Amino acid sequence: MIAHAIFFYIFSIIAVISAIMVTVSKNTVHSVFFLILDFISISCLFIMIGAEFLGMIMLIVYVGAVAVLFLFVVMMLNVAQQKNQWFISKESSGHIPVGLIISVIIFFELIIVIGGWKYKPELFNPTNLSITKVESNTHSLGLILYTDYIHVFQISGMILLIAMIGAIVLTFRQREGVKKQSYLKQISRERTEGVEVLEVAPNKGVKIDD
Amino acid sequence: MEYLNIIFQETYKILFLLVPVLVSVAMIVWLDRRVWAFVQKRQGPNVVGPFGLLQSLADALKYIFKEIIIPASSNKVIFILAPIITMTLALTAWAVIPFSESSVLANINVGILYIFAVSSLGVYGIIMGGWASNSKYPFLGAIRSAAQMVSYEVSIGIIIINVLLCVGSLNLNDIVIAQKNMWFVIPLFPMFVIFFISALAETNRPPFDLPEAEAELVAGYQTEYSGMMYAMFWLGEYANILLMCALGSILFLGGWLSPVNFFPFNMIPGAIWLIFKILLLFILFALVKAIVPRYRYDQLMRLGWKIFLPLSLTYVVLTASYLFYFNLLPTI
Repeated sequence: MIAHAIFFYIFSIIAVISAIMVTVSKNTVHSVFFLILDFISISCLFIMIGAEFLGMIMLIVYVGAVAVLFLFVVMMLNVAQQKNQWFISKESSGHIPVGLIISVIIFFELIIVIGGWKYKPELFNPTNLSITKVESNTHSLGLILYTDYIHVFQISGMILLIAMIGAIVLTFRQREGVKKQSYLKQISRERTEGVEVLEVAPNKGVKIDD
Repeated sequence: MEYLNIIFQETYKILFLLVPVLVSVAMIVWLDRRVWAFVQKRQGPNVVGPFGLLQSLADALKYIFKEIIIPASSNKVIFILAPIITMTLALTAWAVIPFSESSVLANINVGILYIFAVSSLGVYGIIMGGWASNSKYPFLGAIRSAAQMVSYEVSIGIIIINVLLCVGSLNLNDIVIAQKNMWFVIPLFPMFVIFFISALAETNRPPFDLPEAEAELVAGYQTEYSGMMYAMFWLGEYANILLMCALGSILFLGGWLSPVNFFPFNMIPGAIWLIFKILLLFILFALVKAIVPRYRYDQLMRLGWKIFLPLSLTYVVLTASYLFYFNLLPTI
């Protein structure tokens, strides 16, 4: 158990420090790297409590895909050079109240959840989750997701799909004057369309492309 | 004392796995160059040692003694970290590969997800290297590879779902045992072909080596690297290629199972069959490198998103319907 505790503290210290570094570091690319470190240490914590499926999905989805896109965007926009100017300028004053309101709401939500967990344990009934030692937690997750919570699961899938289609529609634009390759056209091209045999009169030549 | 004992035992096991992997990476580089040369009617490396077998060792020695140059305008920490991450990730994934029913370093429940996760982390080595170099060609290479590897991971993930539908477990040993009667390459042949091509793109092998296309980007993300750091990128790349070959042989070619189950063949240990299958797939990788010209970038994206993704999704539906209709779905 001592080794377990040591590993828990190592991972959680790394998680907390890197979470702080995400907001503190000046360079945006560095913050994304710290975010990745945070994700990785949190997935290690998931694996430590025996939720290996969640931990791996965390790695695949957040680190393998989402954070790559973050990095991609941050590198492409080159935000690093702006050096957090809007902290100093007067235009930023509109952002701070909104941020404060959101953080206060999140803080109270956390207090409600943790307080309920601590003082009203009967509200959270973990016994009906039917996790046994025999099945792996992948199986038990599947059994719960696709039976009791199938509607919620499907609805969240639909929401994600709609969000994806929305993002595509918003960013899609038909550009004018772009030359595109048509594979069907290229493959189905016949010799007669490409080559034309002309009679060339001596001393006169032929005029093409007029 | 007890912990020390456990640590010693595990270190011994890890060394027993890692040293052969590293040696075979060196050998596989030689094999790659040899196959490539033979296709083009050249000799390839044949001077150092018998048949040139020691060529990779000589190369490694050369890299070790070369000076490591760190560009003045680079981000030094990330610049040094990038090749280390590439190589570490490529080697950690080998922990879950089963060489026979009992000889596997970590027989975890979610083995296939672990390999998938680690191989999807591999893109960070390339992005970090490209960004930290603070130079145009490496940056372009890094951006290209980020988009490429994320795209092809999607189709590899869906192909893995196809296999998992037939197995009903995420454990790699269970996947191998489920192929006792028939290798998945027979019912899922189209998926095997798509997996092979996606693996080429995932490991940045030709014809999809756009992140390091020498005609356009000098050497892509490796341009600013030299000496041992360059060699580490290189080792990590080949370890990843071997890993993809191992994954292909476990998912489709029956892993450590022998092809036929009678006397002289089923006496051969599983590890040898697995190595044989990995080599077979690797020779295919090397042949493709020699034969096929490089893709253009838009063609690469089109292939990944417009052809492989719909094809593999359709095949998931087909496999699931077939299994459901004939009541073949695996039970827990």
